[in-house]
Amino acid sequence: MANFYTENRDLVFTLKNLDLAEAVGMKENNYSCAADFDTAPADYADACDNYDRVLKVVGEICAERIAPRSRTIDAEGPHFENNHVTYHPLTVQNLKDLAQADVMGVVLPHRYGGLNFPCSVYIAITEMVSRADASLQNLVGLQDIAETICDFGNEEQRQAYLPRFCTGEIDGSMDLTEPDSGSDLQSVRLRAWQDKDGNWFLNGMKRFITNGCAKCHLVLARSEDGTSDGRGLSMFIADACPQLVVRRIENKLGIHGVATCELQYNDVPAQLCGQRRRGLTRYVMSLMNGARVAISAQALGIAEAAYTEARKYAAEREQFKKSIDQFPALYDMLCSMKTRIMAARALLYETTRAVDLRNAYNAAAEGENVADETRAKQKYYNKVAGVLTPMCKAQATETANSVAYDAIQIHGGTGYMKDFNVERFYRDARITNIYEGTTQLQVVAAIGGVQQRDNDPRIAELLKCPVPCELTEARKMVEVMYAKQLEAVNFINEKHDSEYRDLMARSLVENETYVFVSLLMLRDANLDADRIAPTLRYILDARPEFEKRFMRIMSDDRTCIESHKSVIDY
Amino acid sequence: MKYTILVFVKQVPDTQNITGDAMKADGTVNRAALPAIFNPEDLNALELALQLKDRYDAKVTVATMGPPAATEVLRNALYRGADEAMLLTDRAFAGADTLATSYALSCVAKQIKPDLILCGRQAIDGDTAQVGPQLAEKLHVPQICYVEEVVALDSGKITARRAIEGGYEILESPLPCLLTVVDANTPRPEAAKRIMKFKRAVTPGELKKRFADADYTEAGDLAAAESSLAAKGLIIKELNAAAVHADPKRIGLAGSPTKVKNIESVVLSGGEAKEVAATAEGINLLIHELITDHTLG
Repeated sequence: MANFYTENRDLVFTLKNLDLAEAVGMKENNYSCAADFDTAPADYADACDNYDRVLKVVGEICAERIAPRSRTIDAEGPHFENNHVTYHPLTVQNLKDLAQADVMGVVLPHRYGGLNFPCSVYIAITEMVSRADASLQNLVGLQDIAETICDFGNEEQRQAYLPRFCTGEIDGSMDLTEPDSGSDLQSVRLRAWQDKDGNWFLNGMKRFITNGCAKCHLVLARSEDGTSDGRGLSMFIADACPQLVVRRIENKLGIHGVATCELQYNDVPAQLCGQRRRGLTRYVMSLMNGARVAISAQALGIAEAAYTEARKYAAEREQFKKSIDQFPALYDMLCSMKTRIMAARALLYETTRAVDLRNAYNAAAEGENVADETRAKQKYYNKVAGVLTPMCKAQATETANSVAYDAIQIHGGTGYMKDFNVERFYRDARITNIYEGTTQLQVVAAIGGVQQRDNDPRIAELLKCPVPCELTEARKMVEVMYAKQLEAVNFINEKHDSEYRDLMARSLVENETYVFVSLLMLRDANLDADRIAPTLRYILDARPEFEKRFMRIMSDDRTCIESHKSVIDY
Repeated sequence: MKYTILVFVKQVPDTQNITGDAMKADGTVNRAALPAIFNPEDLNALELALQLKDRYDAKVTVATMGPPAATEVLRNALYRGADEAMLLTDRAFAGADTLATSYALSCVAKQIKPDLILCGRQAIDGDTAQVGPQLAEKLHVPQICYVEEVVALDSGKITARRAIEGGYEILESPLPCLLTVVDANTPRPEAAKRIMKFKRAVTPGELKKRFADADYTEAGDLAAAESSLAAKGLIIKELNAAAVHADPKRIGLAGSPTKVKNIESVVLSGGEAKEVAATAEGINLLIHELITDHTLG
């Protein structure tokens, strides 16, 4: 039986060496839940055994069931008629398989019927589902909605919704975007009003809503009349009802399996979720950060799928009497694709580990009499997760695009045809660096942390890791890159030129990623000798890329700012 | 519970994904070299039982006859939704042919008195498809073989669709009844929460072995562990020949009239290609030749 978990050596290695003991211990309440729930682990080893077993089941479902259905789903998609969306029967079957496997409430607590798994394991599931069918991930990943209700809703709302999410009985959607509010969510206009009894109703339009035909909607709406910024927005829970109309579904480049809807709210009854005015500033930011990690995993899954097809094709296709993977131009591309995937995975799970620790310390810091040490760690992991999440999303989604692009190139003319899967991966990858915040916005989200050196404590730890002797030189290169990155950051910080900073922000963030990921790869190469070659290759490829960006930042060249109009409008 | 459904399953060597050393020099299956799996059509039988459980009020019990290692398929059945599992194990059962096997299974069925017995059509190791029908005969219950789906189940009778050559037929039978099931459904996957719970399910034999390996000295420990697991429904019943009142002369080698006279190791190799003229005469000649060498007819 094919299995997207057991047969993915890099994924198995990464999860095996990802130390989640602290976060899992906290999430499982020091393993005291075992008495109340027969699904709760007795200790960390027991928890890891659970993760491994469940990942094996999901890995097999993805490889044996979901992947073979994905072509048909892409070609036929969902059906829309009379304001009603009907998913493709194979999509329905996919969801049924995953619901029967109990993975629709992966991170939700035991008491609501969830698995209470850490984010890291959820992300591994996300990655495998996306590799099998990227569009399916858009439906499976909406369990993030349930997580948000769990984090910010009241107990009554949790009881009402979470158990039904876990069984797959209800699905969710996250209704944020409007025709005039995309990246700029502060300008959301959909209006929430209260009748004299205090009941809330929603009125207005939402656009590009993934799975807008869902049974449970989390809606960002303007609850405070007369406001125009983010502080006038609250978050609401609305059930599908006749007043909530799906006006149309979009005809998209990729992710065909999922419906992207335009919604019209005609006084839809709703419940306030959490506190008023904190909708965008607190809840949606949290929801979006979770979704950004999930989209990184979706992108990585697509990259893995594209690489696998390209690798196979290059070994089978013969030209000039030998298989094309024997030509330097081709094996160079394959090496580069592979190492970029490994790099993206290294950063993704470093990020999920920080997210798991952040979540654990956020929970621990609730209530009274919280120890100073707990507060300090809470603050630290919020910072780290805050900078790694956008770095990770930018890297993984841009990698997916370039790997899918290269995968078509390796297939040559064949890859351009719909007979092969790679053109679909290329189309599916293209949304990942756009939605949940474009790469340009990820740079905006990450640049502050880079300038304030939020990664330095972790980099210091990674610099203490031993490296195999074959990589001593590579390690020195990375140390030089790190010193230069500090120099570049210092240069930008002292310049106090915000437009120049914004212009160079992407280069700065990408160089931060090169340094950080190189150190993660070096750490891992020390645990498995077979990783020495890919690590060396990654660093040797990263160095010129880093130098190019470093030169640009340090050039102090403002001509692009001063003359961009003359260039653009020539 | 309105209905009791008993599903017989078997752990088999994975003959569908064979590697180089799958056969021993003497032509028998090298079980050590092949992974042990859930017999595929038994998974279809289990799925049918679980669908009936979803549609009607039923209890699904899964049973297998085999060595202690076969407990793995029982746990897998629990992961997928079975309510109860039991292992029929005894050295005296070893070496059973289909006659002795169906007799041993009939002893279990007589104790449970199910409304419905489900078996996979056949196991991928022996491929005889005899155990299900023989079991029905021994229990004196009607049988419907090659079942694809159950159309209806209501008090006292079942309506099922069975595959026949070139189509299907729908049969009705009184209960209790035995069905053999073909590969016509998609078995549900193992469920995460059930895995996390039932991975701890053990037979008393496994538990005893675990304590022996761990070198526990206090005798009380084992009994306490067993009763604690039993309270959580995590003990898989273990039955030996005496427990099911099996006649020692009818089980295992003693009860097996089938003797393997000779095993011939056939090595398939490609022969010469032969061109057949695309005319009525050419096809006639080909058919005649195939009948002569007994490939056809």
